[in-house]
Amino acid sequence: MSSPEVAIIGVGLHPFGRHGDKLCVQMGAEATQQALADAGLAWSDVQVAAVGSYEVSNPDSIVGWLGPTGIPVRAVFNGCATGGTTLQVAAQSIRLGEADIAVAIGMDKHPRGAFGGDPASAGLPQWYGQTGLFLTTHFFGMKINRYMREHGISQETLAKVAAKNLYNGSITPEAWRNKPIPAEEILNADIVNYPLTQYMYCNPDEGAAAVVLCRADLAHRYTSTPIFLRASELRTRLEGGFEVQAPSLPLEIPPSPTVAASRAAFEAAGIGPSDVDVAQLQDTDAGSEVIHLAESGFCADGEQEQWIADGLTTIAGRLPVNTDGGLIANGEPIGASGLRQIRELVVQLRGQAGARQVQNNPQVGYAHLYGAPGASAVTILSR
Amino acid sequence: MTQTPVAEGLFTVPSGPDEQPALIASEHDGRLSFPPRPGGTPYLLKRRGTLWSFTSQNFRPPVPYDGDDTVETFQPYLVGYVELEGELIVEGRLTDCTIDQLELGLPMELRLVPYTTRPDGTEVLTYAFAPVSGDEEVAR
Repeated sequence: MSSPEVAIIGVGLHPFGRHGDKLCVQMGAEATQQALADAGLAWSDVQVAAVGSYEVSNPDSIVGWLGPTGIPVRAVFNGCATGGTTLQVAAQSIRLGEADIAVAIGMDKHPRGAFGGDPASAGLPQWYGQTGLFLTTHFFGMKINRYMREHGISQETLAKVAAKNLYNGSITPEAWRNKPIPAEEILNADIVNYPLTQYMYCNPDEGAAAVVLCRADLAHRYTSTPIFLRASELRTRLEGGFEVQAPSLPLEIPPSPTVAASRAAFEAAGIGPSDVDVAQLQDTDAGSEVIHLAESGFCADGEQEQWIADGLTTIAGRLPVNTDGGLIANGEPIGASGLRQIRELVVQLRGQAGARQVQNNPQVGYAHLYGAPGASAVTILSR
Repeated sequence: MTQTPVAEGLFTVPSGPDEQPALIASEHDGRLSFPPRPGGTPYLLKRRGTLWSFTSQNFRPPVPYDGDDTVETFQPYLVGYVELEGELIVEGRLTDCTIDQLELGLPMELRLVPYTTRPDGTEVLTYAFAPVSGDEEVAR
């Protein structure tokens, strides 16, 4: 494995869910304070910060809650890949010698319901929205529907994936969804976009997460269990990619940006998919988790049917995936979601995950994000 | 009843029963774009193709969706991608079918359908794909 330049020494989470009138930046500030306390540091020790949000147009307003110390604060937004990008921006500051201690913060507070908005924001004409096509959810229905028919994945497998994540959420104190739902009930629930039922989707919600990073050679000053950043890669779509909000596609479709981001991350870390002990995969819906298992390189297309039947992605399985319930059990505050993944991997790699602790003495964690308009971020961590 | 297309330059509207609608793409150095982009040569896409994927839309989309329905009266509709041989794979609503009839590769053809009615009674037309009826073959 490559020698690390950056370590994670503190993590914090403001639980995702619905929090009434509580301000988004307040949630962000609380998650940051928790991460700093975890690292044994104060905000005044932080030399640079990167803050990701969709709903807060000036995310650096968070310094009003933490204390305006004059440090560089960079706002980040990269769709569903925002968390990974925020971590990357903070880590670059350390690699470039700008700072020894950096903080990555993500926070969001979305209105209820599916993401809509102005098609022009995605460079699309108005008719696409007027006629009811400017939606992210039906893309996921169409992607998994085609994938299932091409690679022999059953709807029961999708239900099992959602049931697994909801179960993991039920044993995660901070999770939003804390009630397990049997696969059978998930399968027979109302369809949202065929073949996906209501419990197979994540929902937008509210919350925040934060990560404190430092120069790897300084990490032992702050913690006895530093977690090292082995890779942090971002890739965007190629011409003609099958991505959300595409009125047309070319006949030859290139691979998803997940494939390139994952390959680059494994190359940077100097390890392969079989070295990963615990993973977080973007589960916007249960089908996405199934597809991302293959796109990330953990299995071949179609092998997921047997993987899920054998329970390989459960907490007791060979590759536990979304041990805190993922997006399905935590919802998706876009700016914060990726840093929730990092926080969960850090907790697992430290062996502090309690009832949901994986039992394979994890050394390597893998976090994956994917979303509109076709961007993927992959992070690899190790002890 | 007055009818109007949802957007100009998106599809041709038949002027009589002998004509068929077609989607308007644009060609730029041999590459097709749909919807058409400025600066290209207009290109009429094939009216028939095969179903590439599909799903259902079971909740009323948020604004800017302008259906004349409400959350209470919303009727789910089907959406899919249709592969037009040698051209593009085009997304659109599916019409005149139920989800149980659909499978990858099913021959589909273009239709124009009213999807909403404006307060003045004008029906707004969009394009949709329907299974090819009878024993007709996909146009080659």
